[in-house]
Amino acid sequence: MTSKVLLDPTSESAPAERQRIARPANLDGLTVGLLDISKPRGDVFLDRLSEHLERRGATVRRYRKPTFAKPAPVDLRHEIAGQCHVVIEALAD
Amino acid sequence: MAAPPLPNGLVAVVKRDCETCRTVAPVLAELAEATSLTIYSQDDPAFPDGLEVTDDRDLSVSWHHDIETVPTLIRVGANGEEARTVGWSLQQWRALTGIDRLAENLDLPEQRPGCGSMSVDPDLVDTLRARHSGSLLRSRHLDLAEAEDEFEYMHRMGWSDGLPLVPPTAERVLTMLEGTSRPPDEVIAIVPPDLIQATVEKIAISAVMAGCLPEHLPWVITAVEAVCNDEFNMHGLLATTMPVGPVIVCSGPGTARIGMNPGVNALGQGNRASLSIGRALQLLVRNLGGGRPGGVDRATHGNPGKLSFCFAEHPGPFGSLAASRADIDESTDAITVFAGEGPRCIVDQLSRSPESLAGTLAENLRAMHHHKLALAFDAILVLGPEHVRVFTEGGWDRTRIVAELEARLQLPYPDIVRGAGGIAEGIPDGLGLDTLAKFSPGGLMLAHAGGGAGLFSMLIAGWVNGASGSRPVTRAVQY
Repeated sequence: MTSKVLLDPTSESAPAERQRIARPANLDGLTVGLLDISKPRGDVFLDRLSEHLERRGATVRRYRKPTFAKPAPVDLRHEIAGQCHVVIEALAD
Repeated sequence: MAAPPLPNGLVAVVKRDCETCRTVAPVLAELAEATSLTIYSQDDPAFPDGLEVTDDRDLSVSWHHDIETVPTLIRVGANGEEARTVGWSLQQWRALTGIDRLAENLDLPEQRPGCGSMSVDPDLVDTLRARHSGSLLRSRHLDLAEAEDEFEYMHRMGWSDGLPLVPPTAERVLTMLEGTSRPPDEVIAIVPPDLIQATVEKIAISAVMAGCLPEHLPWVITAVEAVCNDEFNMHGLLATTMPVGPVIVCSGPGTARIGMNPGVNALGQGNRASLSIGRALQLLVRNLGGGRPGGVDRATHGNPGKLSFCFAEHPGPFGSLAASRADIDESTDAITVFAGEGPRCIVDQLSRSPESLAGTLAENLRAMHHHKLALAFDAILVLGPEHVRVFTEGGWDRTRIVAELEARLQLPYPDIVRGAGGIAEGIPDGLGLDTLAKFSPGGLMLAHAGGGAGLFSMLIAGWVNGASGSRPVTRAVQY
């Protein structure tokens, strides 16, 4: 029996997704996730971002959605949330 | 989910792991030659060997068409199912198929019983019910990541009263709903403080999380109905700074059926039915109603009974609390909800006369909340069996006990006015009274629970009573 889909016991008046945390003042010592949504050339944009971020002392981790046409899978979101302080999503075409 | 329709002609449902199914395989081959036959196989789409078989390993056809035994042979006409037979019976299979010479060249027994269908396998039935009846459920589905710990998730979502919860999966909620005849979408009550409709489904979710079994659900539903009304005033009870919560007193033969314990440690730990029923009510108020400590719940101290406070009464010489308050007989399962704080013990190991024992109880009741306050608060006195024996041997019944206690609880007015005895707390001065009753009429209630040894009773003090506070509510359990 899987326990991975739960029924909501609440009045469902609040969004089910967890809310974003406050934006950090700077990126010193933080781990930044770069999420490639699989749009063409998004990787080029993220490669440049990665260079800039690493030069500023941030640790960068790279992730990729299977398709830009659908929301990121829940496992990928969980992985990013567990490994990173901040995430940047590339929307470039 | 709509049942997948069966094709016209003959339909057979089989599994390889059934000796009778293997026995009738040659008959199915004969039928496939002679007529229109559709075979559904529950465990192996290659069985019976060499025949065209429809894969029913997800058991959707078996589930929706109530297959309990394999083999089952069904005749389907233009208007649906016309006849079915289960197991193997040469005579019945010939009658159903209309083929008089069916299996005449096969060396088969006249009959052989079938095997259990996989769709009624106890290990699978919860999953199948969720898969095929899940659309009955209206609550939002929350997807968790595979790596996410569901127990920590529930804490993080704020659903917990501080203790671990049972994850409310669709399987568990559907199984819970088997405990009541009421439909999942029936609205039972409006739950404060956010005034949200409590459907049977939402109550079942709380019951799952609290650790209930399906047979506990009717008690939880009845408790929800009993507290969510102006009479009981759950909103006020939640918002007060006093340390009170809903206390559920249960009676009737159903208490024993669901394993409640009116005996040793009746108000304590270790009984699943009592603790999970009380907890389910509180979780519903917390999660559906939005009533949380620090939010609308403003209790200064609270009390551990706000996790769960529910107990069963002994069927006893005085009858149940419920029967004393409402038109409910002793054979009816019932609850009384009371806005009460944690219980405290009254010791009297020496009284052997009802007069002496009544004196002890009255002195302790006088001090309830404050010895100079009167009329504002109700109480439930839970008499232990040894104290009950003192009263019954003295010939006192419920009415007599209450009347004798009330007579001893006429407080001298000059002693309880504000400032008397150098204590500012008390009743306003200048009312021109001689005495004032500690309890308003009906405000002192008796219940009967506890183990057979120990000359003790328990006092459960109440919150503000009457129209400005909470009145106890008694309800028969609705199944």
